[in-house]
Amino acid sequence: MDNTIRVSIIDREGKLHELDAPTDMGMNMMELCKSAELPVEGTCGGMAMCASCHMYVESARSLPEKSDDEEDMLDEAFFVEDNSRLGCQLHLTNELDGLTVKLAPVGD
Amino acid sequence: MIQTDILIIGAGPCGLFTVFEAGLLKLRCHLIDALPQPGGQCTEIYPKKPIYDIPAYPSILAGDLVDRLMEQAEPFKPGFTLGERAEQIEKDADDQFIVTTNRGSKHRAPIIAIAGGLGCFEPRKPPVPKLVDFEDKGVEYIIKDPEFYRDKKVVISGGGDSALDWTIFLAEDVASEVTLVHRRKEFRGHLDSVQKVMDLASAGRVNLITDAEVIGVEGNGKLSSVEIKTKAEGNRSLATDHWVPLFGLSPKLGPIADWDLNITKNAVEVDTFDYSTNVPGVYAIGDINNYPGKLKLILCGFHEATLMVQSAFKRIYPDKNLVLKYTTVNGVNGF
Repeated sequence: MDNTIRVSIIDREGKLHELDAPTDMGMNMMELCKSAELPVEGTCGGMAMCASCHMYVESARSLPEKSDDEEDMLDEAFFVEDNSRLGCQLHLTNELDGLTVKLAPVGD
Repeated sequence: MIQTDILIIGAGPCGLFTVFEAGLLKLRCHLIDALPQPGGQCTEIYPKKPIYDIPAYPSILAGDLVDRLMEQAEPFKPGFTLGERAEQIEKDADDQFIVTTNRGSKHRAPIIAIAGGLGCFEPRKPPVPKLVDFEDKGVEYIIKDPEFYRDKKVVISGGGDSALDWTIFLAEDVASEVTLVHRRKEFRGHLDSVQKVMDLASAGRVNLITDAEVIGVEGNGKLSSVEIKTKAEGNRSLATDHWVPLFGLSPKLGPIADWDLNITKNAVEVDTFDYSTNVPGVYAIGDINNYPGKLKLILCGFHEATLMVQSAFKRIYPDKNLVLKYTTVNGVNGF
């Protein structure tokens, strides 16, 4: 389908969710997870200011680099790994087609 | 005891606009907020970010929006209890609510308006096992009085300004030993603070451990060491009197979860007729409420506040009739 990509999201229970995602709606991975009612808070609304959409990129591929804002916010997150990203900073584009991400655990 | 007409829990944009709308109906307001300044998320999280969907403002910075809401509310002389978290609610014999904060301040009002946004901002606690056992026994999330650390060994975690600033302050003249642990080599704080920490580290006055995190706490009734995981050298234990994790603030629904309100998914269910909750006299407006079709937008919160005070008025004065008066006709007559 035009303007649609397929991404896979592994939730915190390990369950795989395969989602068709529009690339023409200006959406990001945080919003996609929310729209699929996956347990992603997205507290700050997508400004890279809360880290509540912390996820791991499981696919080995290059993605757009982290901005300073995103890197700074990850400083306040926990369970941060080398493949950590904020979902709100991963914009749904054709580049993400076939991507697998895993939701990071949440603290207290 | 502070007495008012509408006690507003949360001094964000919605709470502040409530003061104005209530003032037009000659109702007085007092606001309680856990943060030390009014504005809620707008001032705490994104004061310098533009908002584009406030009617008639094609673009306005969140901080400026709060300044203007304060100015708009000013004629109605709102009271503020800041830096205190609304903790307990009870009813007295005259059908008035008494709300007590975590510091024991008491407030009395016939109407409660919960405009709590995402909840109260609290320090982010690292997911370290047994952490709670050491809270106030060597683990502190906020440095209240630096003298507390006089001649002590202190480990600080974090990469932002508060972590850097406290590291510098405690290392220069207060603590006997300061260690700063950070997850990467780069710091996001002010450049001169970063430089100062680097200088202190080269001079041997700060023990700087980067690409590392604290993953464990040990002690017998009181903190005696932390376990640090480093990328390069694996795990090591470090003797310390205190560990101060400084990872910013995040909102938690907090004590209102225990106020007998209908809560689903961290939001208070309301009737869209007047944004009343299941507890008569308690309303919820803005991001903290939920109803079919809810949108978490500031502009929707303003609407909710406006309708809510009408209902509050009728509850306080059941025998008075309320006529909508336009501000353009009558002006704004403050207290």
